[in-house]
Amino acid sequence: MAGPLLSVRDLVVEFPTRRGVLRALDKVSFDIAEGEVLGMVGESGAGKSLTGAAIIGLLEPPGRVASGEIWLRGTRIDNLPREKMRRIRGRRIGMVFQDPLTSLNPLYTVAQQLIETIRTHMDVSEKEARARAVALLDRVGIPAAARRIDDYPHHFSGGMRQRVVIALALAAEPELVIADEPTTALDVSVQAQIIDVLKEICAERGASVMLITHDMGVIAETADRVAVLYAGRLAEIGPVRDVIQSAEHPYTSGLMGSIPTLTQVADRLTQIPGSMPRLNAIPQGCAFNPRCTQALERCKVERPELIAREGGRQVACWLYDKQVQNV
Amino acid sequence: MSDVLLSVEGLTRRFDVSKPWLNRVIEREERQFLTANADVSFEIRKGETFALVGESGSGKSTIAKMIVGLLEPSGGVIRFDGEEMDFNSGAAMRQLRRRFQMIFQDPFASLNPRWRVGDIIAEPIHTFGLLKGAEVTREVGRLLDLVGLSAADAEKFPHEFSGGQRQRIAIARALSSKPEFIVCDEPTSALDVSVQAQILNLMRDLQDEFGLTYLLISHDLSVVRHMAKRIGVLYLGRLVEIADAKRLFVEPQHPYTRMLLDAVPDLALSGRRRTPVTGEIPNPINPPPGCAFHPRCPHVMPVCRARVPALSETATGHGACHLLTGDAD
Repeated sequence: MAGPLLSVRDLVVEFPTRRGVLRALDKVSFDIAEGEVLGMVGESGAGKSLTGAAIIGLLEPPGRVASGEIWLRGTRIDNLPREKMRRIRGRRIGMVFQDPLTSLNPLYTVAQQLIETIRTHMDVSEKEARARAVALLDRVGIPAAARRIDDYPHHFSGGMRQRVVIALALAAEPELVIADEPTTALDVSVQAQIIDVLKEICAERGASVMLITHDMGVIAETADRVAVLYAGRLAEIGPVRDVIQSAEHPYTSGLMGSIPTLTQVADRLTQIPGSMPRLNAIPQGCAFNPRCTQALERCKVERPELIAREGGRQVACWLYDKQVQNV
Repeated sequence: MSDVLLSVEGLTRRFDVSKPWLNRVIEREERQFLTANADVSFEIRKGETFALVGESGSGKSTIAKMIVGLLEPSGGVIRFDGEEMDFNSGAAMRQLRRRFQMIFQDPFASLNPRWRVGDIIAEPIHTFGLLKGAEVTREVGRLLDLVGLSAADAEKFPHEFSGGQRQRIAIARALSSKPEFIVCDEPTSALDVSVQAQILNLMRDLQDEFGLTYLLISHDLSVVRHMAKRIGVLYLGRLVEIADAKRLFVEPQHPYTRMLLDAVPDLALSGRRRTPVTGEIPNPINPPPGCAFHPRCPHVMPVCRARVPALSETATGHGACHLLTGDAD
C-alpha cells in the first residue's frame, strides 16, 4: 500500500503587511488518500481557499508558504521551480473555481480552450484532442456536445458553464481535483446536478477530490472525510458521518447546530456568540477559546494540537486530552 | 378574514427589454418584454411570517420591490391593511410607508458608507417626524441595544462592522419607524451560517416582542422552513404552490416543489431516496407555453403544454398544476 496521494504537513501561509506578518494558515496538516473526496469547510476567512491555492502554487503575492511541506505521491511540490509547477498544475492537479464565468476565457470557444488544455498536457493530434473534448463534454452532461463545443462561454447557462469548467479540469486526467466552492454561484436544483457529475466522473477516473465549500450539506452528500478549519487552523478532521452526526470540537458542534434543517424544527438555532477573530487578533491558546462555552484555563494559554480519536478522527481541543481526562 | 395585513391580487410586472428604437427599425424586431411576475396572489396575516422561495429569476425580489413601493406593478392590486396602494399619490404612499420597512440582502451595499450609524438609523425617524432633539439619540441607542450592539456604536461608520453586525444595523434602521410589516429580501444569504443563526434568532425575538409581520424572501429552503408559517413557491414569475410550512415539506403537491426539496443536500445522511433533478430554469423572455415547468416535469401531460394551470385548492393549501385539478385531457 502506497502512501497518501496528497500529504500536507504543518503548512503555514503568511502575508507580510506593513503592520506585521499575518498568519492565514497555521500548521495545517492533512492527507488525501487515492480516490478519496476530502471536504474542507469553514466560514469566510477561515483559510479554505488559501489551502487550495497553496497546494497548486497559486498564492497571490505577497502571500507565501512560510514553512511546512506539500507532497504529491511522494514528490515534494511546495518548493518546485515555477516551470515544473506549471506542468503539474492542470496535468496532475485539476482545478474548478467558484465562478464559471471568470474561469473561462470569453474570447475563445469552448473547443479552443479544451483542445489547448489537452494538447498542452498530452501528446495528441488536433483531431484526437477534439474528439476527446467532445467525449468529455458529453460525459459532463452537455446535450449535443459535438455541436455546442464551438459555442462561446456566454452561450451557456451558469450550470452548463460549470460543467464545461469541470470538463476542463479533467481534460488532462489529473490525479487530484481541487474544487473551490464549485456550486456556490448556482441554484439548488442545478447544484445537485453539478455535484453528482463531479462525484461520478472523479470516481470513474479514480481522481481524488479536495472539495472546498462553506455548505455542510454539500459536504454531507459528497465527501468521504471532512476537515473543519477555524481561523487558519484545523479544528477537526474525520469521516463525514462522525463529524456531522457527533461533532467533537465545540466549534464544529456549534456550527452544526446553527444550520437550519428541513427535518428537525427547533424554535431557536444554536448560536455561537461573537464572530471569527481577524487574522491580526487571533487570541492566545486555542483560537476558539473566547467563544467556547466549555473553555478551560489551559485553552487560554496553550494551543491544542490535533489529538487522535477513535475511527481515524482527529480533534484539536484540550477537552479530549488524555491527561486531563484521567484526572 | 379580518386579520389579513397584506393581500396581493393578480400582481403582474413586465420589464421592457427591447433593443433601442433605431435598432428595432433596422433589424425589424418587435418590442420584447420580460414578464418577471404574472398573476401572483397571496395574503399575509398579522403576526405571521410568510415566505417566498424560488430559484434565481423566479421573480422573488420583484415582488418585494413592488410591495414596498419601489417598483410600480404593471397590473394587479396590493392592499395593505385593507387599503389599496395607490402608486400615483405620493402623500398616500408616504402614510403607508411608515408602516412597512425593508431589510436587504447585502449589508455592504444597503448602508451609506459616508454616514454614521446613528444617522443611518435615525433617518426614518426624521423622515416621518416621529421624535425630536435628544429623544432621537436616546431612541437610536435603545434600538442599537435591542439588536445586540451598543449605544456607543452610533458614532461609528459602517465599515467598522462585520457583515453580521451591519445586518443588525439594517434591522435597527428598519425598526426605527415602528413598522408593523417588514419585507426581508434574502436577509442572511450574504452571511456565514453561524452568523446567519444569530440574525435569524434576532428576527424571531423581535417578532415575538413587537408582533411584527414578515415577508421573507429566500432561495434557501431550510431557512424558510425554520422561519415561516406559510410558504409560497415561485417558478418563473408564477406561484406554483402555497402551503403551510409544516405540510409543504412533508406533502409537497406541485412537482416543482418536490424537485426543489429533493435538490436540498441531506445533512441528516438519512439516505432517503431521491429523484435526480434535471434541467434548468428557462429564459423568462421566452418562456415555454402552457405551464412553464412542463419541460422539466416528470409527469408532463399534453394539456400542460397548452394551458397555464390556475391556482386551485389542494389538501395543504393552493397549487397550480393540471395534475392537482385532474384535467388530464
